[in-house]
Amino acid sequence: MPAETLLELVDVGREFDVSRPWLNRVLEGEPRRSLQAVDGVSFSIRRGETLALVGESGCGKSTVARLIVGLYTLSRGRILFDGADLADPGSAPLRRRMQMIFQDPYASLNPRWRVRDIVAEPIVAHGLAPDAKALAARVAELLTQVGLAPEDGERFPHEFSGGQRQRVSIARALSSNPEFLVCDEPTSALDVSVQAQILNLMKDLQQRLGLTYLFISHNLAVVAHVATRVGVMYLGRLVEVADAKTLFERPRHPYTRMLIDAIPDLEMSGKSRTPVAGEVPSPLTPPPGCAFNPRCPHANERCRTERPVPLELPGGRIAACHAVQEGRIGDL
Amino acid sequence: MTESLLSVRNLRVEFPTRRGTLVAVDDLSFDIAPGEVLGVVGESGAGKSLTGMAIIGLLEPPGRIAAGEIRLEGERIDNLSPEAMRRIRGKRIGAIFQDPLTSLNPLFTIGEQLVETILVHLDLNEAQARDRAVELLAEVGIPAPEIRIDNYPHHFSGGMRQRVVIALALCARPRLIVADEPTTALDVSIQAQIIELLRKLARENGAAVMLITHDMGVIAETADRVAVMYAGRLAEIGPVKDVIHAPQHPYTSGLMRSIPKLGEGRETLAQIDGAMPRLNAIPPGCAFNPRCLKRFDRCMHDRPSPMPAGATEAACWLYAR
Amino acid sequence: MSAAAGRLRRAWDHDLAWSFRRSPVVIVAALLTLVCVCGAVFAPWLAPHNPFDSGTVNLTDGFTPPAWSQGGKSRFLLGTDDQGRDLLSTIMYGSRISLAVGVASVLFSMVLGVTLGLISGYVGGKVDAFIMRVADIQLSFPPILIALLIDGVARIVLPREAHDQIAIYVLILAIGVSSWVQYARTVRGSTLVERNKEYVQAARVIGRSQASIMLSHVLPNVMGPVLVIATIHIATAIITEATLSFLGVGVPATQPSLGTLIRVGNDFLLSGEWWITVFPGAALIVLVLSVNLLGDWLRDALNPKLR
Repeated sequence: MPAETLLELVDVGREFDVSRPWLNRVLEGEPRRSLQAVDGVSFSIRRGETLALVGESGCGKSTVARLIVGLYTLSRGRILFDGADLADPGSAPLRRRMQMIFQDPYASLNPRWRVRDIVAEPIVAHGLAPDAKALAARVAELLTQVGLAPEDGERFPHEFSGGQRQRVSIARALSSNPEFLVCDEPTSALDVSVQAQILNLMKDLQQRLGLTYLFISHNLAVVAHVATRVGVMYLGRLVEVADAKTLFERPRHPYTRMLIDAIPDLEMSGKSRTPVAGEVPSPLTPPPGCAFNPRCPHANERCRTERPVPLELPGGRIAACHAVQEGRIGDL
Repeated sequence: MTESLLSVRNLRVEFPTRRGTLVAVDDLSFDIAPGEVLGVVGESGAGKSLTGMAIIGLLEPPGRIAAGEIRLEGERIDNLSPEAMRRIRGKRIGAIFQDPLTSLNPLFTIGEQLVETILVHLDLNEAQARDRAVELLAEVGIPAPEIRIDNYPHHFSGGMRQRVVIALALCARPRLIVADEPTTALDVSIQAQIIELLRKLARENGAAVMLITHDMGVIAETADRVAVMYAGRLAEIGPVKDVIHAPQHPYTSGLMRSIPKLGEGRETLAQIDGAMPRLNAIPPGCAFNPRCLKRFDRCMHDRPSPMPAGATEAACWLYAR
Repeated sequence: MSAAAGRLRRAWDHDLAWSFRRSPVVIVAALLTLVCVCGAVFAPWLAPHNPFDSGTVNLTDGFTPPAWSQGGKSRFLLGTDDQGRDLLSTIMYGSRISLAVGVASVLFSMVLGVTLGLISGYVGGKVDAFIMRVADIQLSFPPILIALLIDGVARIVLPREAHDQIAIYVLILAIGVSSWVQYARTVRGSTLVERNKEYVQAARVIGRSQASIMLSHVLPNVMGPVLVIATIHIATAIITEATLSFLGVGVPATQPSLGTLIRVGNDFLLSGEWWITVFPGAALIVLVLSVNLLGDWLRDALNPKLR
């Protein structure tokens, strides 16, 4: 099924200025410092699929999400949505077609607004309802769609549990009829039994409304469950992209293998696993060459000096790793 | 069964509020043997952290222990004065919390903090205490401990900081370690290292570990036995293998099936509808009855106590004889 | 009907109402404030005399001591001043001006401070740096000095008759301008916190404009502490007004506020006519103290950490 590309990132980068205040820099003779949060990331998302971005904290996956929805501006590269560059002045109407679901259901809803006003905000902002009656009907429909009752619209966010708030968040994201949803760790603040409810709801909505998801998560088991394709990020760079099934069954990049090995597995009860050595280096001073080389069992001289580029491997997967590209790491 | 190191009997923790008294932990009993890791799991608000706080004597007022008893090596500790409890904490009970940064004082080197704690609890001079501190840091897996001991907390990364916190909790070789979500703030790759460390400590020192977490995966890898809490009550307790692979309580089995697992594909997850009741709206009978698919008449008005069920004990009338 | 009853029931049940009911000191303070405010607002109907109606004021009634002491007259409960005006009535009329100046100047500084603080916190960058440096500079002068400065400038610029007419507005402006900084700083701080919360980001993703996000999302969430400061500031503003009037740069003597009354009475304190200054002074203390107590209670009741 050759699906068309809905969203494409071309060599996207974002730097943050993390310099000390001007006076300190002058007095202490410090130079400006910048943090490369996202460094040359390219991928595309096909219509109707779920692409998941995984990685440890600080790897830049949330920054990618925020770059796409326009909360941050790009330092370099381009983002194309349905073929149009989102940086173009005329692209503002495209924004209605993408929405975002946030991680913290306690912070993502304005505590002083009623739920019906929260859900109605995008409809009002984009002028999508002809009158108050149509607006109320649409809000009631949306609330029903996410498994809440229309009467819940009269209540305030604090009257709901975490899972119900996340449903409100989803209803708000859906209210401008978007095609594309960016979901930034949508279930990581929820308890497991509630997480299952929300994941099922999101899947159900995807089928019914033909939605495309970018799903950001650090939980690989969740990603394995929801994603059609998976991208793995490390220190601002994309190290591997593959179909979910392929990636979890036959990971190629050493970092992906490490991540999968580190998942606490319920089946391993009682047995011990080999802990992974080392920690993520500071993104302020990434190591030269491949960012993963200090922790990689396969690193050699080339890995320590030359930065690997993402190359397509047989089977449509992409990996940025000298060892994989040279054939030093075989297929599993 | 060996002599238990920690014994909790019919513990009840209450929060008096003006809208009535909230019972956050209700009639909870369990034991931990020396060298054993007991995992305590439950959703947020299930009362697992409060149980930990009650044991280490750090319940925030107005919360209080309203009934029951807590025994450490046979001695009651739930009715001690704050001063006496403070001496037990650190010496016989070590506590590890979720956020390693708030457990360390940013103004002192970790060596100063370790030595100070050691001097309070052990009969050593300063030089001996420093040696002991280096030893501890090595034990928790900090490389080059004789150099790192003079660093400040902000010099350490998250995973290393959590190791320092564990070292701090171990200063006086406590008999009981209460660890509340020790790995939640850490990345998966670091989590595994900390879990391994906790297991090793329990094994080698014969200490009892109470591991409080919401993460079943961490429990599966670390704990010997698991207690599952729901709405302040014990739902099920038993050996980790049995609770995970053959859960008896309908809540535990629903919980286990709702966890996404690798290699399961993209089919719909099993879910438990609804949410855990708030503490001011716990239904009569079994607290789980509104969400339970196997409920019957008795569940609606009689409250079940834990009773033998398969290889575990479950508070569920399905197993009443 | 039942909806209104339900709303009343909820208000009564609200945590704020509950903490109010539990504190006798606050109830007394609220009652005293209510008495002062009613006495001031309804002075023309409640006061036994109209002290500014020259037809009823008789100079021969001057220096009458309070009714219960020797030589007192039952017509003048708290005695009269040097010009024979009933003290109780002048206090009631005086509190009217004091309160009006206090409330109006607080509203003025609140609007000014909240606006600047919101812009400063939300826009950030150079705008923020500029507003905050102005605030720093202003903070290095005592508020009373700034009020004196503004008042002095107004006196020079305006002709004398014009000045008397608008003196009260100059006073409001002077006190208001001198105390906006605290609002601006508080609001800026909370805005910095709120604007990074996900609900604000959500509004940006939805495509709302910066101004509408500031007004409809951020503003309602930063107003809690502002209301507390405002309550306490009403007391401070009344004191500042009294101080300025006492120093003779406040409201004109034809419209005396509590401060003016204290100043006038001060001249007679040593010659034995103590009541002319003591009663306005007592009224000022009761008013300021009870408003302050209310503000303190509000601050504690709204602070979840102290609950």
